Amino acid sequence: MSGGESPSWNCPLPEAESEVVRLAAGGGGRAMQRLLEEVIRPLLDDPELARAHDGAVLDPGGEIAFTTDTFVVRPLVFPGGDIGALAVCGTANDLAMCGAEPLVLSLGLVLEEGLPVAVLRRVLASVKTSAEAIGLRIVTGDLKVVERGRADGLYVNTTGIGRLRSRHRIGPAAVRPGDVVILSGDVGRHGIAVLAAREGLGFETMVATDCAPVVAPVLALLEAGVAVHCLRDPTRGGLASALVEIAEAASVRILVEEAAVPVREEVRAACELLGFDPLHLPCEGRFLAFLAAPEAERALGILRNFAVSREAVVIGRVEEGASGRVLLETPFGQERPLDMPSGEQLPRIC
Amino acid sequence: MRFRDEYRDPARVRRLARAIARTVTRPRTLMEVCGGQTHAILRFGLDRLLPETVTLLHGPGCPVCVTPVAHIDKAIALAGLPEVILCSYGDMLRVPGSSGDLAGARARGGDVRVVYSPLDALGIARREPEREVVFFAVGFETTAPANAMAVWQAKREGLANFSMLVSHVLVPPALHAILGSPGNRVEGFLAAGHVCTIMGYREYEPIAARYRVPIVVTGFEPVDILEGVLMCLRQLEEGRAEVENQYTRSVRPEGNPQARRLVAEVFRVASRHWRGIGELPESGLVLAPAFAAFDAERRFGPAAGGEEMDAGCIAGLVLRGERKPPDCPAFASRCTPERPLGVTMVSSEGACAAYYRYRHAESLRR
Repeated sequence: MSGGESPSWNCPLPEAESEVVRLAAGGGGRAMQRLLEEVIRPLLDDPELARAHDGAVLDPGGEIAFTTDTFVVRPLVFPGGDIGALAVCGTANDLAMCGAEPLVLSLGLVLEEGLPVAVLRRVLASVKTSAEAIGLRIVTGDLKVVERGRADGLYVNTTGIGRLRSRHRIGPAAVRPGDVVILSGDVGRHGIAVLAAREGLGFETMVATDCAPVVAPVLALLEAGVAVHCLRDPTRGGLASALVEIAEAASVRILVEEAAVPVREEVRAACELLGFDPLHLPCEGRFLAFLAAPEAERALGILRNFAVSREAVVIGRVEEGASGRVLLETPFGQERPLDMPSGEQLPRIC
Repeated sequence: MRFRDEYRDPARVRRLARAIARTVTRPRTLMEVCGGQTHAILRFGLDRLLPETVTLLHGPGCPVCVTPVAHIDKAIALAGLPEVILCSYGDMLRVPGSSGDLAGARARGGDVRVVYSPLDALGIARREPEREVVFFAVGFETTAPANAMAVWQAKREGLANFSMLVSHVLVPPALHAILGSPGNRVEGFLAAGHVCTIMGYREYEPIAARYRVPIVVTGFEPVDILEGVLMCLRQLEEGRAEVENQYTRSVRPEGNPQARRLVAEVFRVASRHWRGIGELPESGLVLAPAFAAFDAERRFGPAAGGEEMDAGCIAGLVLRGERKPPDCPAFASRCTPERPLGVTMVSSEGACAAYYRYRHAESLRR
């Protein structure tokens, strides 16, 4: 325990009425019960959670997909979203990338002592809204509180289970020469939105995150019987890392037409200024789909019915060649390799 | 920023490439001064649009690359002091000193903060009066006005806990050094548009006249760079050696007089060591006596020593434009951005990093 007052000597003010999360709320006692009962459970509002048992009992029926992700974004709230929306969409999207329909999620929270309860409420409300929009349930969870200075306010882990909706295994191993690469929308907005909010960069045009669930368009593709070979959401490392990972795993060469990749003008401008490559910036509501070229038009037709993938376009193609490389075709008819970013993206001097 | 597309228009780029091919009658070697131009050339493959007779050499215009080891060692040492918050541009974090870098100092518990402007560092100094805030002021003439403004402001406010580790360099002395070197091959320069936006281009006129080289102030977009090349080649073909301005949308002959006045008030020109190049007279900026109280070297002791190790690569020759990155035996084998030997592989503006990022996979493809 850190110096200062011991949690057992805290003023017995009800936790939910005080302004900030206290260390005592992680102690497993009454204070934690109050936080759970007065703040967390009402906001998440699920019968399985209301049973207040050690875990949830499920019958998914058939093959499942299972994934986990931990969210440590700073700041917790940024233009167009917050860590709650990110935690739900991130894991739901990962399930969708497996060709699965997300069913249930667990929610693990690590709160830092001193976190305003109002922030916690906002994040949980957006967890709930995002989950409802996708049609998935939060059925179990965990809560820890750590001392002030030991976390950036709030960390979230979500683990999800989804029911497999694809008739065949979706993944890099299914990618074939002759496939086209479809990108569901513009790239780079999430990276710029978070960076600008974190560093207080006063851009003329505010860039909002693209954070959104991509479950509906993916399931629509699968229901229509489009033979999707591989799906991938370009989160950390951006489009470049997603493409390189697939090219390497599938031992193919991917050619991307640089001018075909949609990037918002304000994202381009911010990248020019900071020395970033938009293809290296994370997206949180975008995905890549690899499928046989003759299927492309039908797939685009389906994707463009959904707001989140209205700007879906073919950005490239898969070719023979076991180089595991991604080549970018520049507007001047040149080719250059596209690589993953190396380490941390650092803004440049001039 | 929409105007940018105009300067990336493929049809215009191709027209310029054809005009260059029609203009040049014999082998010519030009140098682009700025690392930002080097990156644009490789990123867009502009060198490949040129006839084989035209060679572009890459200049020393990467401020991170030429920052001396002694200053990096000093910054790392300052970051290790418990009272110090060391503020730096992001580029500097991975540049190696004689042992380690600022990212390592941060990992060991040093308070190293990436800022986007020296004014951000000033803000930190105001908010945390009990700490010593040191800003690592690196750069060419481009960043000098903002850094001068920060010191000027600190003095006006009496911000006693703010100081600056100054490692500023100037372009014209580097051109003298390159042109005066016995191994020089450069017949014409593309000068850095951003630097000239501040400084203007009058100071380049004596250089063009003395060494009989054309100097064209050039921007950073594909159309700018090819237009700069074309203007330079036309001068060579016509036997002229003048300073011309391609980047007219940003650069005026006298530059930005207000910014220049501020720089002249806060800084003094002094001799400076350039990493990979050596000592160049009157090639750097230090704080003027009236602002010496904000000099971190005065407050915490001078940067000293920091011998340059033999990195086992040709970074120095690359910085002087005498060799190109793929000429180095370590390039893309022992030396990569993840495990760099030379500083030109570390910095986002460095020539080796540009070749690695935009070219190295080609050998694998063939």
